[in-house]
Amino acid sequence: MAEATISFKKAASEALADGELQRALQNVKTGFVAKRAAAKSRLPEFEALRAEARAIKDHTLTHLDLYLEAYESKIVESGGKVHFAPTAADARDIVLGLCHDYGAKLVAKGKSMVSEEIALNAHLQAAGIEVVETDLGEYIVQLKGEAPSHIIAPVIHLNKETVAADFRRAHKGRLTSRRLSDVQDLVAEARSVLREKFLVADVGITGANLLIAETGSSVIVTNEGNGDLTSTLPRTHIVIASIEKIVPTLEDACTILRLLCRSATGQDITTYTTFTTGLRHEGDPDGPTAYHVVLLDNGRSEMLGGTFQDMLRCIRCGACLNHCPVYGAIGGHAYGSVYPGPMGAVLTPALQGLDHVRDLPNASSLCGRCEEVCPMSIPLPSMLRAWRERDFTEGKRSRAERLALKAWAFAAKRPGLYHALAAVGVLLLTRLAGGRGRFTRLAFAKPWTRVRDLPAPEGRTFQQLYAKMQKDRK
Amino acid sequence: MSPAPEAATDGPLVGLFVTCLVDLFRPSVAFAAIKLLEAGGARVEVPRAQACCGQPAYNSGDRDDAVAIARQVIEAFEPFDYVVAPSGSCTGMLKVHYPRLLADDPRFAERAKTLAAKSYELTSFLVDVLGLSEVEASYEGTVTYHDSCSSLRELHIRDAPRRLLASVTGLTLIELPESEICCGFGGTFSVKYPDISGAILDVKLNNILDTEAGAVLAGDLGCLMQIAGGLSRERAKIEVRHVAEVLAGMTDMPAIAASLKSR
Repeated sequence: MAEATISFKKAASEALADGELQRALQNVKTGFVAKRAAAKSRLPEFEALRAEARAIKDHTLTHLDLYLEAYESKIVESGGKVHFAPTAADARDIVLGLCHDYGAKLVAKGKSMVSEEIALNAHLQAAGIEVVETDLGEYIVQLKGEAPSHIIAPVIHLNKETVAADFRRAHKGRLTSRRLSDVQDLVAEARSVLREKFLVADVGITGANLLIAETGSSVIVTNEGNGDLTSTLPRTHIVIASIEKIVPTLEDACTILRLLCRSATGQDITTYTTFTTGLRHEGDPDGPTAYHVVLLDNGRSEMLGGTFQDMLRCIRCGACLNHCPVYGAIGGHAYGSVYPGPMGAVLTPALQGLDHVRDLPNASSLCGRCEEVCPMSIPLPSMLRAWRERDFTEGKRSRAERLALKAWAFAAKRPGLYHALAAVGVLLLTRLAGGRGRFTRLAFAKPWTRVRDLPAPEGRTFQQLYAKMQKDRK
Repeated sequence: MSPAPEAATDGPLVGLFVTCLVDLFRPSVAFAAIKLLEAGGARVEVPRAQACCGQPAYNSGDRDDAVAIARQVIEAFEPFDYVVAPSGSCTGMLKVHYPRLLADDPRFAERAKTLAAKSYELTSFLVDVLGLSEVEASYEGTVTYHDSCSSLRELHIRDAPRRLLASVTGLTLIELPESEICCGFGGTFSVKYPDISGAILDVKLNNILDTEAGAVLAGDLGCLMQIAGGLSRERAKIEVRHVAEVLAGMTDMPAIAASLKSR
């Protein structure tokens, strides 16, 4: 078994045995799933919006170069600069270079999965720059030295008691007797700690939920308002986003936002929807004096025009994670990739190559709920299958698995042989079961009987019984 | 339901796609399907040149074998007016996936579409094509119904099995909470990732037990093997059966995973 397979399976088993994680994962159902369903039912035009949004993205992806150019010229017009980063390393270096240019000692960051994708924090910190995550969830995982376990809810794997303990450990100089029992207490404490950082940060880095070619704006949706402070208080604002975040017009952005919020948190609209367009203009009360956009490719342009192009419609709402039974069982960390769940299982091999993530597309029952809830109608199960095909074609499945499959297929393609073998197999199994109706253990079916009994066959195959019946009739 | 015509001579000719799991583990389901189809006025034949729909290959990335098996199924079922399977999963393979698999095959693309158009899951065929709204069967007790993912999401079947079950004398259907969630079977997924499959199954089992129904029914033997195996491991006293067995009034066989003595 390949090393990566062992580590995924091991991580998954550990996640299943982790009581705190399992307790925390219950919140996904009551929180996200129920709220999304309610939000969708309040919006009769949801399906129509979905079709519209899909068409917007498909159109944009077909003409991505044109819209990126249009976006860039708008940015330049507004006094900003666009940096194209072909790889993660390029993006890291560009951001670090900008931080050096502006003499940054402290960087305030809004939530950005792209910055996770390129492992930006570690890169900046290695260069002696302090980086503070300002999204509450991201701040908590940063304190713990962990990665987010969900693309919109970084600490879905944690309970509030754990966070309170982390805050007591990290926030020195505060009363040990202070109350940290409610989520509100935790939010208030984080807010007071972070407020000081916003005021002294030299550079603010935000991600983008959307980029608008027509106006040169970047859009972020948040419920904490931290993104606004990150983009307006520091003198320099850097937006880091991947190239497929672009949409042609403001109108298009609004269409997608209506789907995004409902699919993500079940909100009609998030508390803050922030459009930032370039730097501070004359008469503005606040805003940065320098504005940069780093556009990351990192394998995405190679997806254009191919099997996985539809994945670039993804707006990172997280609905596929929330509705995935596998994600619901093991949480995000076990996937071992920045993007977990169904969207991660499709996107990660496209960005990194299949080699170290071969389990991701395989570890799915293909139940199809991800595609059903995806606001952009991304055919996730079909694409998981497409990765499995590549995996199989590259000959990377285990020898035992390939042999079993090939032997089975050899027979299945020869029904006469198949029926004869089936009859023998069923006879043997029936004898072995001895009327007990089930096997609690079976040497050659260990992976099955490990977690459930195996129902025993009835005694004869249907084809045997049917053939006999036909004969008796004559 | 009108009295069963013994052997209709003018009804549509149905080729029964037995499915490999029914052939191996639960032949009664296929006999129940034949009984229901004939009672609904169809003529039923079972072509011998069938083994499996090819999903194990298809979902494992072995496209070549999946294509070869698809072609074989298409040829075997070409003479029939309809193809009916007692499984949402296998029907989904024939109806949704064969046309995709063979889209670029000049010899088979059209034939795959033809097969897809005439392929039906058993309960939806009985209701939507044969126009049945009731069956002649009785079952004393409460049951809950598990929708398979493929029935629900690939074939959009929800109403047909419920409508037919509602007509079974003595039967009370208790809806299963979170019925849209997978049971964790997923074909080869169940043995490739048993721990995850088992964890997903646990959620399903808890929901089933919460209904306090005396039996759990479904239209797919894959889900049923998974659920029956789980309930058996838990020593839960709840019957597991294919919906066709109940609809055909063929519940004298021991339930799935039940011992022969429990008859």
